[in-house]
Amino acid sequence: MSLVVKPKLPVAIRVAVTAVLAVIFLYVIPFVVPSYLVSQFATVLAFAIAIVGINLVTGFGGAITLGHAAFVALGAYTTAILVVRYGWNPYATIPVSAALSWIAGWCLGFPALRLQGLYLALGTLVLSITVPPILKRFDGFTGGVQGLNVGNPEAPAFLPLDDSQWIYFVCLVIAAALYVVARRILSGPLRRALIAARDNQLVGAVMGVDRATLTTATFAMSSLYAGVAGSLYAMIVGFVSPDTFNVMMSLSLFVGAVVGGITSLNGAIIGAMFIQFVPIWASDIDVSLGGLVFGGALIITLVVIPAGIGGLGERVFLWLCTRLGWVEGAGPVRAEAEAMGSAQNEPA
Amino acid sequence: MSLFSIKGMHAGYGARNVLHGIDLDVEERQIQVVLGANGAGKTTLLRAISGTIAREGTILFDGARIDRLSARKIVAAGVAHVPQGRGTFADLTVDENIRLGAYLRTGAEARQDRERWLTFFPRLRERLSQQAGSLSGGEQQMLAITRALMLRPRLLLLDEPSLGLAPIITQGLFKTLAAIREETGMTMLIVEQSANLALDVADSGVVLESGEIVLRDSAQNLAGNDEVRRIYLGYE
Repeated sequence: MSLVVKPKLPVAIRVAVTAVLAVIFLYVIPFVVPSYLVSQFATVLAFAIAIVGINLVTGFGGAITLGHAAFVALGAYTTAILVVRYGWNPYATIPVSAALSWIAGWCLGFPALRLQGLYLALGTLVLSITVPPILKRFDGFTGGVQGLNVGNPEAPAFLPLDDSQWIYFVCLVIAAALYVVARRILSGPLRRALIAARDNQLVGAVMGVDRATLTTATFAMSSLYAGVAGSLYAMIVGFVSPDTFNVMMSLSLFVGAVVGGITSLNGAIIGAMFIQFVPIWASDIDVSLGGLVFGGALIITLVVIPAGIGGLGERVFLWLCTRLGWVEGAGPVRAEAEAMGSAQNEPA
Repeated sequence: MSLFSIKGMHAGYGARNVLHGIDLDVEERQIQVVLGANGAGKTTLLRAISGTIAREGTILFDGARIDRLSARKIVAAGVAHVPQGRGTFADLTVDENIRLGAYLRTGAEARQDRERWLTFFPRLRERLSQQAGSLSGGEQQMLAITRALMLRPRLLLLDEPSLGLAPIITQGLFKTLAAIREETGMTMLIVEQSANLALDVADSGVVLESGEIVLRDSAQNLAGNDEVRRIYLGYE
């Protein structure tokens, strides 16, 4: 497909899609599905936030990170320590987690710049191997192996919600806000600059893109997303322990990002559902099946749909829009451009 | 005084020095061509000027030293570089590629500039919403040049714009470059192997050999120089 179409849906369709999404997220998930699943969906939203962070740094920044769980841990422990040791209101810890993980992202992003490709993947992998032992070592502060009991925040009395419904809505609001922020970052000049720095460093540089600053900022932003996800995770589960935030979590977040679509923000929620539910379902059938399904799904995604489920969905969506004529500047302009497209393929 | 002048510049990659003391002046509104065989250091020269490799020596642009500036600041000062092999981004549309050139500026200015440059490259206007990867080689070169023009340069560095293009396309491209110079007074430094076509539109030229400038003259004299004719223009 050489022509890039901009979808332009009729108002009725747009209203209908919004309504369906609203019903699913605002009614079906919190009120129809069984209560124990509601908090799992809250976890899905937290993972989706972390995966959007991976989309930013890996999908658009072009740097493979396998250390995302370290920043999730930073966020989760910031919340846990402030709540348990200092009696903070849990919601007030979210901005602190965000700020701390952003700063940590800047500090670690700078040396990480010197590493490229495989070396960066290994460097960040080491980061996520290091975090659990460090958390155990400073047990006076972090609770060590025992972890910390954060407790689930209670729903305000004036709302007819139970605790898991409440935390689900908290996660939904924050996830929606961060999704919009990521969308803004990835539209316009920054998107072009990121792609330039990712695909051709020389051209990026001579276009005035300062790759060092841009990559570090992307890394910091992605850490911020992971930190907020960690904060929410601590509140959903009500408990943090070092071994939750191990290499496996980093890897599964990365798998979620790939399955959902590494450059697809919409796919983040699909990837998050995948890493939350598929291992549970698979191990219901057979305990050893979890890992197998996980690995299998990753391989199938990479071979069959490298753009991920979200990427595939977006492509199908665009194709549908084109077929139905729901595109900007539809009609003669497009036909003309297509005719030229076929005429100019001979070598110059 | 020249718009642009280099004195005693050394540059290279890591420990390997490629340029050994380059002195070069480019007058305002001139098109100067750099000829040389493969490995003479032509690309290195342009990369040293645009600040994308380490270099030593004095580079003066519009009276100010730019040899210590980062690539970003050199771009902002008004030196644009069209790298060899074009480097257009295949996944972005033609329009997005062009807009990338306006990364350091605001949207309104970018739209105006885009309209202006598209009058020189009308073929691109027809293809604005196409993916850049679907363009022909000549169109991609036009795109790379347009993108660099979006930086509002006063000095345009072109690294082998003829690479991989048919002579007729190259000729058209050089004519367009000459027209842009006529209309805007832009100064250009063009590295070329298609010496005869480049010398047609250039005012002056230098010959680079093993990292040193061995010959400098007007374009007319160079085109008539026996040595140059034999080595670079293919006359026996």
